[in-house]
Amino acid sequence: MSDTPAEAVIETRGLTTTFPGEGGRVPVVDQVDLQIAVGEVLALVGESGCGKSMTALSMLRLVPKPGRIEAGEISLAGSDLRRLSVPAMRQVRGQEISMIFQEPMTSLNPVATVGAQVVEAIRLHESVSKAEARRRTLDLFTRVGIPDPDSRLDAYPHQLSGGLKQRVMIAMALSTRPRLLIADEPTTALDVTIQAQILQLLRDLQQEFGMSILLITHDLGIVNELADRVSVMYAGRIIEEGSRVDILGEARHPYTRGLLLSLPSLASRGERLAEIPGVVPPPDQWPPGCRFSTRCGRVFEPCTTQVPAVSEITGTHRSWCFAVAREIES
Amino acid sequence: MSARPLLQVEGLRTWFPIRRGLLRRTVGYVQAVDGVDLAIEEGMSLALVGESGCGKTTVGRSILCLERAREGRVWFGGVDLLRLPSQELRPYRSDLQIVFQDPMASLDPRMRVRDAIAEGMHSFGIGASESERTDRVAALLERVQLDPRQMWRYPHEFSGGQRQRLCIARALAVEPRLVICDEAVSALDVSIQAQILNLLGELQQDLGLTYLFITHDLGVVRYLADEVAVMYLGQIVERGGTERIFEDPRHPYTRGLLAAVPSVDPQRRSAAAQVLGDVPSPAHPPAGCRFHTRCPEAFDRCSEEAPELFAVEGGRSRCFLSE
Repeated sequence: MSDTPAEAVIETRGLTTTFPGEGGRVPVVDQVDLQIAVGEVLALVGESGCGKSMTALSMLRLVPKPGRIEAGEISLAGSDLRRLSVPAMRQVRGQEISMIFQEPMTSLNPVATVGAQVVEAIRLHESVSKAEARRRTLDLFTRVGIPDPDSRLDAYPHQLSGGLKQRVMIAMALSTRPRLLIADEPTTALDVTIQAQILQLLRDLQQEFGMSILLITHDLGIVNELADRVSVMYAGRIIEEGSRVDILGEARHPYTRGLLLSLPSLASRGERLAEIPGVVPPPDQWPPGCRFSTRCGRVFEPCTTQVPAVSEITGTHRSWCFAVAREIES
Repeated sequence: MSARPLLQVEGLRTWFPIRRGLLRRTVGYVQAVDGVDLAIEEGMSLALVGESGCGKTTVGRSILCLERAREGRVWFGGVDLLRLPSQELRPYRSDLQIVFQDPMASLDPRMRVRDAIAEGMHSFGIGASESERTDRVAALLERVQLDPRQMWRYPHEFSGGQRQRLCIARALAVEPRLVICDEAVSALDVSIQAQILNLLGELQQDLGLTYLFITHDLGVVRYLADEVAVMYLGQIVERGGTERIFEDPRHPYTRGLLAAVPSVDPQRRSAAAQVLGDVPSPAHPPAGCRFHTRCPEAFDRCSEEAPELFAVEGGRSRCFLSE
């Protein structure tokens, strides 16, 4: 707690988001604590349905109904976003925090040129002339590596490839020079050669603009390419966090280890892959105690009844697991 | 090694016409597959790898005669499937089965699991009676590690990984020799993907199946395939044994693809964008080598002359540098 002083750009404490279920409201994001420092890339990793995207939407106060933020704090440079008025929050989105999504096609307006859309985004947050906004858009298009940017200003989204559309989205997200960029599976829909180009671009821009990035992904390879720190999420809770090297090289939580071991790229031909048995249960069937206890190979008595507390493994590396806690004690 | 391969594809060309105007006149062709040769020995696995739009899915569909090839031969057990009249093709349809990426789209939502799996058996006359077929469905579900008591449920009552198991059970129901897996694990979470990959490996061992994996995921390829063929814009640009392709790729595109895959080794932060720009349209492939517009090693000759598949150690490579 005390090792995250004022330099955090954004910090959540006890963030809890619920949806109605059969027996009352069900938390899909459950007491999530995250801190992202200035200029830092934090990866939030997990499989489908673990709550990683909902965490990001909660931070932007964009939780779709009937979901709602139930508890917790979201502080952006010291001010609690949950207390902001709706218009003030709208200014924060886009200006302070921008977001890019997996599928750029669904985030772009198909009947407006991509140039006009970026111009509009700039003029929404700043009072500049159309000509000035257009000049800045051209500048951004060049910056994000769109070839022939002049003529691409007047292109419609369907005329651009997936990689170029994602570059347009990044240009739009950067147009207001946000402090934090939330990138939700930004390369999942792209081919590997295009993915490598976009990852390179995000890396360059992050250095150049000195912004912070919250990277949401299921792909541990992308985590390795981009992240400084990693938080692993399972069934609505953070279960392990640490530096990139802590998590990818020294993972301790059985779930994180299972994820890494199940990657076919690490196994050799003919060898059986390590499986995590079963599937992630739906939120209304999350077990009491440790949520991973129903699939864990190291489960013992407290796991099924008590929620594990945090164990400090090193100064940067923590895990929420009874088995890890026992290892540390002995 | 010994006899002729179970599946041999020669000079396969599948072009899609581009039609314009009131009379829908053909004004050009999308050369989705343009001269592809492949061979798979019985009991082996070949991975056909490439990025979106390279034509890998069309190769699979052409082999199954789901798309009509313009030219070429598809030899299966000594018979050219492309030249068989449709009645004579029918018996072969049970020998070749396919599993798609999205199991929800390939299962009829209104059909109970038992009926979805038994449908193929019924049409190929497998099993003497309905009750015998029901028993076989139970055995198949067990084979893919699902509870046979769930056979009276509908597809939506299963998770994504379980639905993919159902599709595999349905493919196995007609006792195929060759199974084409078209991005069959791409939509699954890694922990579930590992379960399905292990299942496919077991089935191959136990039933002697031959696989054609169509995929963009190089991690899966290395784990599963004996041989790899890399496709770019409708053509195979490199092929060879899996280890050789991964350890010593010869074609600049293969090298670029491999370099672009992010590693999870924290000591190696390596993914490099060697291949720049976007894939050109398969309606207007570049002259000369189709890859020259994105190739980091292209020289004058590459834009003028089309390279053939030159023999390299342990395979072939369509690049003048391999000549």
